[in-house]
Amino acid sequence: MIKAEWFYWLVGAVFLAMAGQMFRDRTNPRRLGTAAFWGLVGAAFIYSTWVANKTAPAEPLGAAVLVMVCLAGFGRTGRGTAPTASAERRAASAARLGNRLFVPALTIPLVAMVCAVVVKGWHIGRTPVLQTGSETILGLGIGTIVALVVAMVMVGERRPTAPLHAGRGLLETMGYVLLLPQLLATLGSIFQASGVGASVGKLTEHVLPHGQTYLAVIVYCVGMAVFTVIMGNGFAAFPVLTAAVGWPVLVQQAHGKPAVVLAAGMLAGFCGTLCTPMAANYNLVPATLLELKDQYGPIRAQIPTAVALLACNIVIISAFAF
Amino acid sequence: MLALLGVLVVVLGFATKRNPLLVVGVAGVVTGLLGGLSPRAVLADFGTGFAASRSVSIFVITLPVIGLLERYGLREQARALIARFAALTTGRFLALYLILRQLTAAVGLTTLGGPAQTVRPMVAPMAEGAAERRYGTLPERTRERIRSFATSADNVGLFFGEDCFLAVGSILLITGFVNTTYKTHLEPLDLALWAIPTAACAFVIHGARLLRLDRCLERELAAAGAALTREEAAA
Repeated sequence: MIKAEWFYWLVGAVFLAMAGQMFRDRTNPRRLGTAAFWGLVGAAFIYSTWVANKTAPAEPLGAAVLVMVCLAGFGRTGRGTAPTASAERRAASAARLGNRLFVPALTIPLVAMVCAVVVKGWHIGRTPVLQTGSETILGLGIGTIVALVVAMVMVGERRPTAPLHAGRGLLETMGYVLLLPQLLATLGSIFQASGVGASVGKLTEHVLPHGQTYLAVIVYCVGMAVFTVIMGNGFAAFPVLTAAVGWPVLVQQAHGKPAVVLAAGMLAGFCGTLCTPMAANYNLVPATLLELKDQYGPIRAQIPTAVALLACNIVIISAFAF
Repeated sequence: MLALLGVLVVVLGFATKRNPLLVVGVAGVVTGLLGGLSPRAVLADFGTGFAASRSVSIFVITLPVIGLLERYGLREQARALIARFAALTTGRFLALYLILRQLTAAVGLTTLGGPAQTVRPMVAPMAEGAAERRYGTLPERTRERIRSFATSADNVGLFFGEDCFLAVGSILLITGFVNTTYKTHLEPLDLALWAIPTAACAFVIHGARLLRLDRCLERELAAAGAALTREEAAA
């Protein structure tokens, strides 16, 4: 059986290899900090295997995460000016290879899809070929390896360091914000453990007048959106707002259909995700990847849609739940 | 109640534009300690949180392939390809990508797209290519706008498609949380079905805004583009 953890080791190894390249890159004024940051990320990816199955203590990993936070937080990371192909060479190569260039790029999703749909059902004896529940992410890994081989053969590149260098350039472009989503997930669990949800519940109980169902719908949906803006993640907002308003007021007092209330409530949270820089992986990472001067460009493009959809969710709950 | 100070740390850090990694790190430590966790428990929470959330960062594995292809002209070719389809304007192309992203996410294929996998190497260059065919070289501001909208199509499509699928994280989070906390039995299928109305609204609203982008580009660039084409013809 191919295990999800093997894939995480591969990702960790890629981080470590790239950190090695960063360490040697003298064009980067902060090469030591940058290499230390991504090296720690890579090592943490691998060590996490034993934290996840509870055979190693989590405290050293937590300390490593805080070191990463300090390295990035106090500006010790940067990027080099690794030489890339000139615009003329890229245009010439595009003319030579034509649409074949899309083949490896499309191989990744194609193989991922085949793994998620077809290979998912394969068994050797009794054990499934791919670890149950992780078929899609394993598909992504397998698809990438296949695509890399196809790409290197197609463009006639023999050095395995070349794609690593190219990928490292992209990683340096994205920078430390890449780590933010993982950190936010952690913050969510700390909020839970420290009783933030219960506190918000008490607050809304005081503020919200009894029997005002539609007002409560608005509070639930807008609350989901606002909390998601703060936390960067609808998953963290959902337990807080559902325990405070969604379940006790909308489902128990007003007898709303739980499926409508909760599904639309979660989607109201997603409206918040469209508007917040805290959702770095969706809003800031693309901005740096696309080399935008205005980091908030994607958010600006999304806010009108988010506001309209928030209103839609309020209407959907009001119209169909009661 | 003291634990709410952690929320305040996030809001303040956010408002004063501090380094986001630092803000979240500090907020976690402050909330944990004020909420009565020992320093060791806070460290352990950071550790287990990192280990449990690794799947959000795995797209890094695709960067070497994408980077290599970009060196060999993937983005240039994406532009050239789109230039051949005259009917595909920037807005129509992005609306098409939006619906494709929604439909594939709705059947569980959320990793098909993404900023590193599709938007940077293909979708954004194609959206720009479609505008370049019509208006010639684009001003920097317009280029940024088109790229921002390319990202928005990817995000809106993903967020409001994935919840129509049964086995996605957010649906499982809802049933997991509600069924254990309130001892009821909620079916993932019901939740997924009730995600469809919002998904339809998302397509209509964002699709309309993408098509409207065409008209905005028209207004802004028609004059400038005409001048450029005349110059090119003269040269």
